[in-house]
Amino acid sequence: MDLPLIWAVLIAVAVMLYVLLDGMDLGVGMLSAFAASDEERNMMNATIEPVWDGNETWLILGGGGLFAAFPLAYAVIMPAVYLPLLLMLAALIFRGVAFEFRHKAVRKPTRLFWNGAFYGGSFAAAFAQGVILGAFITGIETDGRAFAGGEFDWLSPFSLLTGVSVAIGYVLLGACWLVLKTEGETQAKAKRFGARALVGVSLCFALVSIATLFIDPRVTERWGVSMNHIEPGKLLLLAPIPFVGLLAAVQLLRDLTGFAMRRAAPDWRPYVLAATVFLSGYLGLAVSLFPWLVPFQFTIWDAAARDNALGLMLAGAAVMLPAILAYTAYVYSLFWGKVKPGDGYHA
Amino acid sequence: MELDALILSRLQFAFVVAFHILFPAFTIGLASFLAVCEGLWLRTGRDVFKRLYLHWVKIFALAFAMGVVSGVVMSYQFGTNWSIFADKTGSVLGPLLGYEVLTAFFLEATFLGVMLFGWSRVGRRLHFVATCAVAVGTSISAFWILSANSWMQTPAGFAIDPQSGNFYATNWREVIFTASFAPRYVHMMLAAYVTTAAVVLAAGAWQTVNKRSSDPTRWQMRMAAGTLAALMPLQIWAGHWSGEVAHEHQPAKIAAMEGWCETRAVQGTVLFAWPAENDCGLSGVVVPNTSPILFASATHDLQGLDYFDNSAPGRERPPLWMVFYAFRIMVGAGIGMLALGFWGVWKWRSGDIDRPGLFHWAAIPGGALGFIAVLTGWITAEVGRQPWTVYGYLSTADSVAPVSAGAVATSLLVFMIVYAIVFTAGVVYMARIATRGFDDEPPHGKHRAPGSPLGSVDEPAQMPGDIVAAE
Ligand code: HDD
Ligand code: HEM
Ligand code: HEM
Repeated sequence: MDLPLIWAVLIAVAVMLYVLLDGMDLGVGMLSAFAASDEERNMMNATIEPVWDGNETWLILGGGGLFAAFPLAYAVIMPAVYLPLLLMLAALIFRGVAFEFRHKAVRKPTRLFWNGAFYGGSFAAAFAQGVILGAFITGIETDGRAFAGGEFDWLSPFSLLTGVSVAIGYVLLGACWLVLKTEGETQAKAKRFGARALVGVSLCFALVSIATLFIDPRVTERWGVSMNHIEPGKLLLLAPIPFVGLLAAVQLLRDLTGFAMRRAAPDWRPYVLAATVFLSGYLGLAVSLFPWLVPFQFTIWDAAARDNALGLMLAGAAVMLPAILAYTAYVYSLFWGKVKPGDGYHA
Repeated sequence: MELDALILSRLQFAFVVAFHILFPAFTIGLASFLAVCEGLWLRTGRDVFKRLYLHWVKIFALAFAMGVVSGVVMSYQFGTNWSIFADKTGSVLGPLLGYEVLTAFFLEATFLGVMLFGWSRVGRRLHFVATCAVAVGTSISAFWILSANSWMQTPAGFAIDPQSGNFYATNWREVIFTASFAPRYVHMMLAAYVTTAAVVLAAGAWQTVNKRSSDPTRWQMRMAAGTLAALMPLQIWAGHWSGEVAHEHQPAKIAAMEGWCETRAVQGTVLFAWPAENDCGLSGVVVPNTSPILFASATHDLQGLDYFDNSAPGRERPPLWMVFYAFRIMVGAGIGMLALGFWGVWKWRSGDIDRPGLFHWAAIPGGALGFIAVLTGWITAEVGRQPWTVYGYLSTADSVAPVSAGAVATSLLVFMIVYAIVFTAGVVYMARIATRGFDDEPPHGKHRAPGSPLGSVDEPAQMPGDIVAAE
């Protein structure tokens, strides 16, 4: 059994779940900046309050899993993205405590402060995650088994672009979640913001995809594309990935705007379509970079922990992951349905 | 001392983990307290336990949120600041932390949502199950993280790959259950329970002296005093057990803790001490010849700090003063909590626990004793482990990440500012709820459950079988 490969897939799935679940929390956080009243803001937040903590735990599994399964990659990547990671952690601290604190603050300035910490933290966390992604794709300088670059190596036009892309992408996810969980004016607003975010995301995905082609010839070769020729065989094999994403994006735009639709789309569909768009981008990235875990330095097999460590964890994951997914699904189903004004526990 | 990345990373780790542990120490205990309250309410149907639950769960939500966000910081520290350590020990410690996420963090985080927001969506029994799931999750989390820490203190069950220099496990049972694990787990769990009890007692005492005491106040003080009186003797025994194990595996730590300057067959106990001229520098009040009782299992001479002079491998010396004083503060705080517990139980038995008095004025500052003991306890254990991260095998200096001092200084500063803001606000909000007492509930004698729709304050059917006290 190829344990490193299994663990690479498991961690990739954990990160993907994090993006889809907490990405939507962060998106709702950013969108709550545009709430018309405190009541609307409380209602937006009530859609995520019971689940955000569980959603964030996928990030801990992503980070902790990387340490556990690929200690070398963890040891090389984390110092390389030291400052954006610091930004992400500080931002997650603010948005995490703001969930509670914004209800506890009695004076107006402190309430405004914690509200601001909530949207500011949500945006900064999303942006920092995008920057980390960009830095990871562009590669990391190493010496032996350690990071050997400078503290600003992560900073590039590309990483800033991915930072903005991820932030807009999370707004899209958040908006689609609000379409599912709210009604009336709030829902209409979510659709408007969702449509704008979708246009932004499409533009960003296109830019990022083109830029990725220039980062390393090995990436373009994977897709059968290079500066001077195209290999149709390879390209056609992989083309369905972006193609499905594109189809989903078009349908999502129609669902959100109601353009050329005979009947309004069901409320669950925008979120599923948005998730499909994300999935296609994520898979595209995975195809481009496989099997590198630290791009073009260490493969998943170079970076893997000992087989006995991976095996022990796999035994645990085989039992626990289905249980986690089951009770997570149960809790989501408990809180299923539209939120209503005053549905928080604070009040 | 030059402020290089190593020193700054050590300061940062000490700062962020010390901040983090304040919250687990409280939430582990509080989760169990809430489970007990809810269980008692379900069993006896007495309204007072429900009021206690609904009151403390608000504080729990705040503390838990702070525990989570500071914990997320911790899980990235190993990579950002101790990356060489992470690379070398990943194949041993990784699975322990991985199991912590899989078996504990998801359980806590997911059922927390049900605990806080599920009142109007699940039945009472299921809600109780959610509370228990969170409480059990916190104990499992402590199990794995303390297992990892204990392996670093008393490593076993591993070998070192001659090529890469990386650690790998040869026997997982030995890795998970190292020599210091059992005493450390018992000592830490008891520490969490007594810390929470001291806080609950202090809040009750505050309400009493401010004339806000009511039925739940009385009950919370009885429960807290009883817990302290019952658990503190056990905690002292567990601390002693920790000390015995440390003496066997880390004699240098014990020499620093006890302030033994010279190697002797029989040592005394330094009660108080102040700095003196010479190197070891302890003069103070010493009870002679205590070691045959305290370290009855020792079979050879008790090595003093004169032996641990960094002159050879195995003779590394931890910093003396921090270990020495931290240990005494912990023990002092423990004795203080023991006294509070007995005093409170005596007040309870003699029927005047709700008459303001000296006891209450003592119990209010006493609420901090648990946190003080937890912090100084960890300082004793961790500084006493120096200069090693993996005791005897990997030095702290060889563990640090290749990041610049500037980057670490920035992050340390950012964490200090962020934590100062968050901590101040959090403590203010928690204290506001805790001191307000139980007269903060809506009129009509209805204790509205969290998660119940605003519009239905007067609707009786929030919880089936809800017993409404006629007040
Ligand atoms: C004795 C107990 C204990 C100790 C020594 C530590 N923790 Fe902790 N930690 C907990 C007990 C705990 C907990 C009880 O499970 C928490 C605290 C409050 C909470 O929300 O969960 C938690 C939360 C928590 C979280 C967030 C989990 C979540 O989302 O629910 C992370 C990632 C960590 N911790 C990681 C660490 C690391 C890397 C530590 C050491 C270096 C550490 N903790 C020390
Ligand atoms: C939660 C309570 C804890 C507290 C308050 C605490 C405190 C400290 C302190 C004060 C230091 C600095 C020692 C020095 O440098 O002189 C330190 C170092 C360290 N601790 Fe802990 N610790 C705790 C738990 C843990 C746990 C659970 C682990 C591992 C699983 C751990 C791993 C480390 C490591 C890797 C260092 C190395 C950095 C260093 O030596 O400074 N600690 N800790
Ligand atoms: C009163 C008698 C006590 C004694 C004799 C005692 C003894 C000890 C010893 C010897 C250690 C170091 C263990 C090691 O390095 O492996 C320790 C650590 C510690 N103590 Fe205590 N202790 C006492 C009270 C307390 C109290 C009241 C608390 C908290 C409320 C507490 C919390 C801790 C913690 C959190 C640690 C670090 C974790 C560990 O290593 O177990 N202690 N204690």
